[in-house]
Amino acid sequence: MLKKPTWKSTLQSLLYLLPALIFIGIFNIYPIFKSLAMSFYEDYNIFTGEVGEYGLANFIKIFNDPSFFTAIRNTFIFVLGVVPISIVLSLLIAIMLNRIEILSSFFRSVYFLPFVTSTVAISIVWNWLYHTRYGLINYFLGFIGIEPIAWLTNPDFALPALIIMSIWKGLGYNIILFLVGLNNIDKTYYQAARIDGARSWQQFVNITVPLLSPYILLVSIIGVINSFKVFTEVYSLFSGRPGPAGSALTMVFYIYEKFYTEYQYGVATAAGIVLFLIILVFTLLQRWISKRFIYN
Amino acid sequence: MSQQQKNKLSNVLIYILLAFGAITMLLPFFWMISTSLKTAGEAVAMPPIWLSSNLQTGNYEEALQAAPFGRYFLNSIIVTAISTSGELLTTILAAFAFARLEFYGKNILFVLLISTMMVPGELLTIPNFVTLSDWGLINTYASLFLPFLASVFSIYILKEAFEAIPDEIYYAAKVDGCSDWRYLWTVMVPLSKSSIVSIAILGIIGSWNSFMWPLIVTTEQTMRTLPVGLQAFTTEAGTQYELLMAASTIVVVPMIIVYIFLQKYIIEGLASGGSKG
Repeated sequence: MLKKPTWKSTLQSLLYLLPALIFIGIFNIYPIFKSLAMSFYEDYNIFTGEVGEYGLANFIKIFNDPSFFTAIRNTFIFVLGVVPISIVLSLLIAIMLNRIEILSSFFRSVYFLPFVTSTVAISIVWNWLYHTRYGLINYFLGFIGIEPIAWLTNPDFALPALIIMSIWKGLGYNIILFLVGLNNIDKTYYQAARIDGARSWQQFVNITVPLLSPYILLVSIIGVINSFKVFTEVYSLFSGRPGPAGSALTMVFYIYEKFYTEYQYGVATAAGIVLFLIILVFTLLQRWISKRFIYN
Repeated sequence: MSQQQKNKLSNVLIYILLAFGAITMLLPFFWMISTSLKTAGEAVAMPPIWLSSNLQTGNYEEALQAAPFGRYFLNSIIVTAISTSGELLTTILAAFAFARLEFYGKNILFVLLISTMMVPGELLTIPNFVTLSDWGLINTYASLFLPFLASVFSIYILKEAFEAIPDEIYYAAKVDGCSDWRYLWTVMVPLSKSSIVSIAILGIIGSWNSFMWPLIVTTEQTMRTLPVGLQAFTTEAGTQYELLMAASTIVVVPMIIVYIFLQKYIIEGLASGGSKG
């Protein structure tokens, strides 16, 4: 029950809004339009800021660049590798954490730990764990008779190495969201199911999954968006390069290279626009799925 | 087997699985610290040595001397402190206007702000870099914190918290002659403490661990933040893994300490933030 706005109250509100609006305007809203414009620049002089003309040259360039398609392909493999596995694992762990009482919050804190630590530092640690000769991972694999794998130097293993590390790092965040969801499920459903003689897996399929589905959707949306933007993990795991022979080149890494090492701002923003559109399509797709199939 | 025995058995299984998972989560951290305390020879020994019998704390001194980590640390603290406190201030003010005040175009403005969250920050990096280099601010603290002094996401979260405060308190305060400004700082802010702390912690973690932006706007060694400095150190240290792990530990440990003391707020903040976004 608020009063109707007046010019006086609008003016007063503006004073409260102004600090945020200035920074959001300069660093969030203006660059959206600026990057859209930049993607159509041709003959852009990065020193003087002069633009020769506008056109589609940047988009034509990236769609004729094989490494742009490599970047898109790698990013999709990364997303498809990380998101489903991470959701299944974190859902199982969240359900287990929800069933126990002793040590539950301790375990929760441990699983969440990687999420708060610096991606750079942790990727450097994984670079060491993946070492072909002295790495702990190959040492453990040796116990089950697997020959040392060149995780970081064999192009076939670069993406799997990146995916495994990213799942490990992001697990805790998904677990936390699933725990919130599990707590919101009314316990009487389970009591009723038990009285009716439902087995635990029947309870899982018929109660937990449908009632948790909004959270599964949420976690998958957040996971997909973040995975599409993977950059720091690649940079630090492969010592500043996009993997051996470009085998871990992702879309944001491609943008970074075009922008920062090749000074092709127009090409970089054009690739950024494509990334934005891909993410947008996926988010809309997931929302559409949610409207049709998710229990609410 | 009775139902009770079955439950007991499944509980044991759960603990075994969870413990295995927990070891997997902790092992990289243990290995980082363990390697940081080894000699160069022990670090590459096969089979691996779990813990050196003669702890090499000298690796930390050597790492600190090899690169100006003290300076990086200071830079990270300055940037994190300014961007987080600035973000808090702009967020509190804007969230108050959206939650409590009435003004023309409120809904349109709010929808406009929310829609900017759809655009990936990585796309904005390029024009923001151009803006800051036009202003001649590359390699300054200002370039490291200016783009992060306001956050739409935080405004959204705090607006929700502010709206949960009953209107009656506001009208009662108005009757007592309390101004909006005083009402904001003496009633709303203290009542929304947990949301504000969560926003602050998320800001601190984000800023402390941020990599791509500081990598782009710092070309001089003295302006690097910790993650950028650490990344640069990998090329300098090469294959001296004991030094690399010592440097990584220096970067990771402050955040772990913050996490241990404030994990309740961190986890609650992320949970509420995530499920609202």
